[in-house]
Amino acid sequence: MADKKKKDENLGLNFSPDLLELLAKFKEIELEDFELEAGDLELWLESGALPAQVLPKPKVAPPLKAKPMALMAVQFMPPVETYSGKIAEVKLGGTKGEGGTRGRSIVIGGETAPAFYTFERPILHPPVVTLDVFDMEVPLSKAVKMHVKDVVGDPAAWAKLAVEKFGADMVTIHLISIDPLLKDATPKAAVKTVEEVAQAVDVPLVIGGCGDPVKDADVFAEITETFAGERFLISSITRDMDVERCAKFVKKNGHVALSFTPMDLNLARELNRRLYDFLGKEDIVMDLTTAALGYGLDYAFTNMERARLAGLMGDVELAHPMSSGTTNAWAAREAWLKMAPEWEPRELRGPLWEVTTALTLLLAGVDLFMMMHPAAVKTLKDVTAKLVSGKKAEASKFVDWVSLKP
Amino acid sequence: MSEREGKSRVGIKELSPIDVYKLLPKTNCKECGQENCMAFATKIVNREVTIEQCPPLLKKEYEKAFKQLKEMLKPAVKEVVVGVGDKAVKLGGKLVMYRHEFTYFNPTAIAIDVTDEMPADEIVNRIKRTEQFSYEYIGYTLKLDMIAVRSTSGDPEKFKAAVKKVVETTNLPLILCSLNANVLESGLVAAPNAKPLLYAATVDNWKDMAELALMYNCPIVVSAPNDLNLLVSLAKTLLAYGVQDLVLDPGTFLNDGLADTLNNFTMLRRAACKGGEELAGFPLMGIPLVAWMDKGETADEIVKWREAYSAAMLIVRYADVIVMHGTDGWALLPNTVLRQNIYTDPRKPVAVEPGLKVFGTPDENSPVFFTTNFALTYYTVASDIENSKLNAYLMVVDTEGSAVDSGVAGRKLTADKVADAIKASGLESKVKHRTLIIPGKASRISGEIEEASGWKVLVGPRDSSEIPKYIIDKWQP
Repeated sequence: MADKKKKDENLGLNFSPDLLELLAKFKEIELEDFELEAGDLELWLESGALPAQVLPKPKVAPPLKAKPMALMAVQFMPPVETYSGKIAEVKLGGTKGEGGTRGRSIVIGGETAPAFYTFERPILHPPVVTLDVFDMEVPLSKAVKMHVKDVVGDPAAWAKLAVEKFGADMVTIHLISIDPLLKDATPKAAVKTVEEVAQAVDVPLVIGGCGDPVKDADVFAEITETFAGERFLISSITRDMDVERCAKFVKKNGHVALSFTPMDLNLARELNRRLYDFLGKEDIVMDLTTAALGYGLDYAFTNMERARLAGLMGDVELAHPMSSGTTNAWAAREAWLKMAPEWEPRELRGPLWEVTTALTLLLAGVDLFMMMHPAAVKTLKDVTAKLVSGKKAEASKFVDWVSLKP
Repeated sequence: MSEREGKSRVGIKELSPIDVYKLLPKTNCKECGQENCMAFATKIVNREVTIEQCPPLLKKEYEKAFKQLKEMLKPAVKEVVVGVGDKAVKLGGKLVMYRHEFTYFNPTAIAIDVTDEMPADEIVNRIKRTEQFSYEYIGYTLKLDMIAVRSTSGDPEKFKAAVKKVVETTNLPLILCSLNANVLESGLVAAPNAKPLLYAATVDNWKDMAELALMYNCPIVVSAPNDLNLLVSLAKTLLAYGVQDLVLDPGTFLNDGLADTLNNFTMLRRAACKGGEELAGFPLMGIPLVAWMDKGETADEIVKWREAYSAAMLIVRYADVIVMHGTDGWALLPNTVLRQNIYTDPRKPVAVEPGLKVFGTPDENSPVFFTTNFALTYYTVASDIENSKLNAYLMVVDTEGSAVDSGVAGRKLTADKVADAIKASGLESKVKHRTLIIPGKASRISGEIEEASGWKVLVGPRDSSEIPKYIIDKWQP
């Protein structure tokens, strides 16, 4: 507020020092046709609050116009804000000392400024990537399949590949097979799959359900209890589930809830409020729904940007780290379709589609990316690392782009 | 932030139709096409019409009111026009920093470069590729906007020849790039009436460049790499010099300094929109082309990839114009789609009205499809059916704005909803058959739909682009 006031005062005085400066440097000024009319000058004087005796009011327009001979140096005031809110910090993955078996924990959230406003605050916890692993065969685009074809159907091997080769910070095991409309696999079978993945890699895990509110709850109940202390991210808790039951088993066994709502901040607030009866702020990550580039990314982007700004402004119900199902980018036909030759190869177009979706949402404030294609993952991680490094630009070389010979 | 910052000079959210109405002639003459002056004022506030559309206001007696309105409606970021005729582009003209505060105007212009050392046929080929770039996307045609001509030779004659070749080939608006005013003027001579954007006035050459901008009446870029004090100083100096139309280039750094790049763009836009800082209130230029510097042995594809994703970040973070070198469709398509997305009006609803849509002139044997009421799903399917010239019915099921796959997963798209929609649509009296073609991504609930509706279900393609082929192969009423 103090900054703002100072600014306003400066604004009010803006014109007068300039005019005075101009007059003081009269000798340096070339004079040409003066285009200002007396009327214009009156307006100037009003807003400039210039003492009348300094500049006599001209009866006729002065015939000459001033051109500065030297650079008119001014300072740029960095528009730094303060925020009353802080995004909750959430720890994912329980280590051995904490009752789990993960090699390390990852903390996300904790922001006190909008995404990558590093002129205001340094990055506390850089965003992280969790790679998708499926427990059965699912339709995959060609561009993705070529990288994972050897491990499809073997979630443990797939998870190892994701961590060791593709650099995933975390792994999401999607338990598609539990869907009553597909294989209707039992909670016990799901526990076994998770066990295999948890033994294959020691990164924090995300446990993905099938979308059936009843079956997911049953499976999550079994998994949270079996793996108490692992601090898995349970993906996800939705409004049509038995929220109380789910929140209780998440809390009791020391996990984290992913609060999922369909592109509506009021619904997100409402679900979070229901979770607060059982879970702490530090136990909730929210997913506001990710739509693909070209198929609703604009809604997702604005929704997330609004949520983050609201959280920073003190809306605690939205002050949670955000997760994005960035893999949804592949729902856009342009990501996978074979198109006319001028748009090929799709092996590049597809992952670029995914990373464009990811980077857009990175700038809206997403903390956790659920992703698919190794090249998209690598780029997101490279960009994040560059943004966090704080290394300075080599400004003097920049203008060489004009004469660059590619 | 929004409440407090909303009270800034621009105050777009607080501008009420009454404020505008007070300054209108209040004659309710209807010459603007609106019912009365209040209706016109409301449209002005929503930026659906401009004050120039009120003929009486343009008369001498309302001159003062006109000026006041102009000032009141002035965007936080000045609108700068480059080029002439119907291909001219408007840069900037932004009212707000965040999309949700209103809407963004004037989508980021994308320029493709040529140089004065390229052979003439390469110049022509690159221009043709730029002009021919075209993609149909839910009722929009995505295009590229400008040509940037760079002097890599530093030779005025070569630059003149290159610009001449370019203006002979295209009427796309131009950016003429050289830091040497003599070279730049030589190019201007070859394009005297094209009103190109000049690149660039720097701390070393600003006086000569300002003279050129005045002499040829062109907008000009002010460049101060990673130095915002210098950037606004240059802007102030050029304004004092009499140059009105500026574009700001704070430098684009993609490796070390990427954080500086985002910070500079963000600070300038916030200073303009929230702080009312007039020297920051000009369009911003981003140059993803710098990905090609220090290329070394890096494969072209990698550089194009880096240039493309950097462009995306600049489009999101306030660039009003960007310059690129790569012309590959795979790299440009995501960016043109992203730009379209970011610049759509955020007030547009996510869902469309559910109900029965008719394509062509269907009869009792025509196929029946269904889709969800998520706007983008609906528009995609509708445009595919339209383009295929099919006579067909498309039933739009209320999934609360969910797409097909997420609707099935989240139980927003259920067999009961589909069955209810069939009943409500009156289809049973419109077609003789009882066959419903469902989206491939809803195949999981095909059995349930048959049970709930009593209709036979055919599982259609997973993507609606394959509908025409599917109908030819499979459809028999």
